[in-house]
Amino acid sequence: MKFNRFILANLFRKKVRLILTIGSFAVALFLFTFLAVVKSAFSRGTELAGADRLVVINRAGLINTIPLSYRDKILQIKGVKAVTHNNWFGGVYQDEKNFFPQFVIDPENQRLVMTEMRVPDDEWNNFVKDRQGAVAGAGLAKRFGWKVGDRIPLKNALYGPTKTWEFVLDGIYHNDHPGGDESQFWLQWKYFDETIPSVIKSLVGWYVVKLDSPDDSVSVAAAIDKGFANSSTETKTETESAFAAGFAKQLGNIELLILTIGGVVFFTLLLVTGNTMAISVRERVGELAVLKAIGYPDRYVLFFVLSEALVIALIGGLIGLGLAVLAIPVVGAALRGLLPPLLLSVAIAIFVGVASGLLPGIGATRLRVVDALRRV
Amino acid sequence: MIRVDGRSDSSSLIRVRGLNKTYRRGGENIQVLQGLNLDVDQADFVAFMGPSGSGKTTLLNLLGGLDVPSAGSITVAGDEITHMSASKLTQWRARHVGFIFQMYNLIPVLTAFQNVELPLLLTKLSKSERRKHVETALGVVGLADRMNHFPRQLSGGQEQRVTIARAIVSDPTFLLCDEPTGDLDRKSADEIMALIEELVGKYHKTVLMVTHDPVVAARAHTTLHLEKGVLVEGAARNGVLVGGVA
Repeated sequence: MKFNRFILANLFRKKVRLILTIGSFAVALFLFTFLAVVKSAFSRGTELAGADRLVVINRAGLINTIPLSYRDKILQIKGVKAVTHNNWFGGVYQDEKNFFPQFVIDPENQRLVMTEMRVPDDEWNNFVKDRQGAVAGAGLAKRFGWKVGDRIPLKNALYGPTKTWEFVLDGIYHNDHPGGDESQFWLQWKYFDETIPSVIKSLVGWYVVKLDSPDDSVSVAAAIDKGFANSSTETKTETESAFAAGFAKQLGNIELLILTIGGVVFFTLLLVTGNTMAISVRERVGELAVLKAIGYPDRYVLFFVLSEALVIALIGGLIGLGLAVLAIPVVGAALRGLLPPLLLSVAIAIFVGVASGLLPGIGATRLRVVDALRRV
Repeated sequence: MIRVDGRSDSSSLIRVRGLNKTYRRGGENIQVLQGLNLDVDQADFVAFMGPSGSGKTTLLNLLGGLDVPSAGSITVAGDEITHMSASKLTQWRARHVGFIFQMYNLIPVLTAFQNVELPLLLTKLSKSERRKHVETALGVVGLADRMNHFPRQLSGGQEQRVTIARAIVSDPTFLLCDEPTGDLDRKSADEIMALIEELVGKYHKTVLMVTHDPVVAARAHTTLHLEKGVLVEGAARNGVLVGGVA
C-alpha cells in the first residue's frame, strides 16, 4: 500500500521509544498468554466433562466416603444407564514432585461410563485379570517413559502404615477428546479393597453415573440425593462439569485470581501504549496539521495513528507470543499437554492496539489546522 | 488585475466579497477582517503586508479554506468555498491550494522526494506517474539532485524549496505563502523569491503571499496593506490596483 512507507517512517522516528513500547507489549502479551494457559488448564476439566454424567459425593465433602452398597440403589433409579466408582489413591512415585492423579477404579463398569478413555481390548483384558494391574494415560506414560509390562511402585501413607504398593502396567489409555486428560493412573478396586484396613473397606470416594440422556441430569440428581436423604451418609449429586469446577475451586478461586492479574496486565498495557501514542501524536501536531492542510481527510489521519498503534501491537504481540510458545511446552507438560489459547492473545493484541490509538487518533482528527500551525 | 473595490466582473480567479472574521476572546468580540473585497486574476502575484494582528494570516487561512469566515464569500475558479462542509473543503484544498509555510513544515522522517510526493498519494496516479511529477517539481525548484536527502540534511533555503515543490507538485490553482522567507537569510530569501517569481512568470501560477519584509513584498505585482482587518492602501508594480478602503 502506498502509505506503508509513511507509516513505517513515522514508527521509526523514535527508535528507543519504539523498542521500549514493543518490549512492554511483548512482555505483557507473554504474561497474558501464560496466564491464559494456566486458566485454561484449570477450566479444562469443566469444558471436557461429559454432559451425560453425574458425580455423586458425600454431602459432607469429597474427602468423606460413601458406602459401596449405594451402587445398586443408584442403578435402580430411572434414567441411570451405568454406574462406576472411584477412590483417590494418593500414592507417591519416586518423589513427591512427580504428582499425578491415581484412581482406584471399578473395572467392570469403568469403560461403560468413561467412554472417551479408550484402552485396547487385549490390554484391558490383561488389566481386569491382574489384581496388581494398572492402566496409565498416554501422557503420563510418556512423561515417565513407561511401557506396558513395567513395574510401578507407589508409596502410600493414606491407607494404613506407609508402604509401597507394586503395580504392573497392563495398558495405556488414550482420550478421544482433543486435549482431554491422559494423565491418570488407574488401579484395581479389588486389590485396593482387599489391602486397606477393614474399617475403611467397602467405601468408595465417589460414584460416576452415566445417564440415558443429558436431559435427565436434574431429575436423576434429585432422585439420587432424595434416595439417601436422612441416611447416615447423605449424598450430593451434581453434573460432572459442576463437580470439576468445584474441584478446581478447592485450590482457591484461581480463575478470579488469574483474570484479575490478566486484567491488570491488560489495562497497564493499554495505558502504556495509549500514553506512547498520545505523546507521539502531540509531538507531531504540526505535521498532522500540514497533512490536513494539503488535503488529507480526517479519516486518513486517524488511519495513520491507528496503523502505528496496530503495528506496535502486532510486532510486540507476536514477539510475546513467540516467547510464550517457547515457554509453553514446559508449562504445557506440567499442565497435561494443554494447548495455549494463542488466538485469544492475538485478539487482545489487536484490541489493545486499536484502543490505544483510538483516543490520540480522534484527537488528531479534531485538530484545527489553523490552531495547530500557529503552535509550530 | 487585482481589485479591492468589489466591482470586478465574475471572471476573477479569486473573488472575495464582504469578508468578515470575528473571534471571541475573553468574552469580547474581536473583528479581524471587516467587509473585505478582493479580486485576483490568474498569474497575479499579490503581497499582503501589515503589522502583527492586522489579519494577514487570517485572510490567508480563509482564502486557503483552513478557516471559515463569519460573513462574506470567497469564490475560487467558480467554486464558492464559504459554504462547503469540512470534508469538501479538505478535498478542495487538495485540488486547488498549494501551501508554503514560513517554517517549511516538512515531515522530518521522509526524504525530499517523499515529502513532495505526499499530496500525490491522495490521487489515483500510478507510482511511476507520481515519480515523474515529483521529479519535475523538484527539478523546477532546482533540487533534483537532493531528492533522497532528509530535511535535516538540507539548508533552510533548500528546505523551503522542497516545500515549494510540494506545493506545486499537484498543479494547484493558486499558491498561498505565509512569510516564505521569514526564516531565511537575505541571499536564500532572494533565491526563494526568484523561484516564486519564476512560478508566476514562467508557469503562470497565482500567488498570494503574506510578508513583513518590504523588500520581499516589492517582488510581488501588487502589495496590499492590511491594518486591523481593513485594506487601507495599495501599491502596484506591474498590475493595476483599483480601490482602497473597502
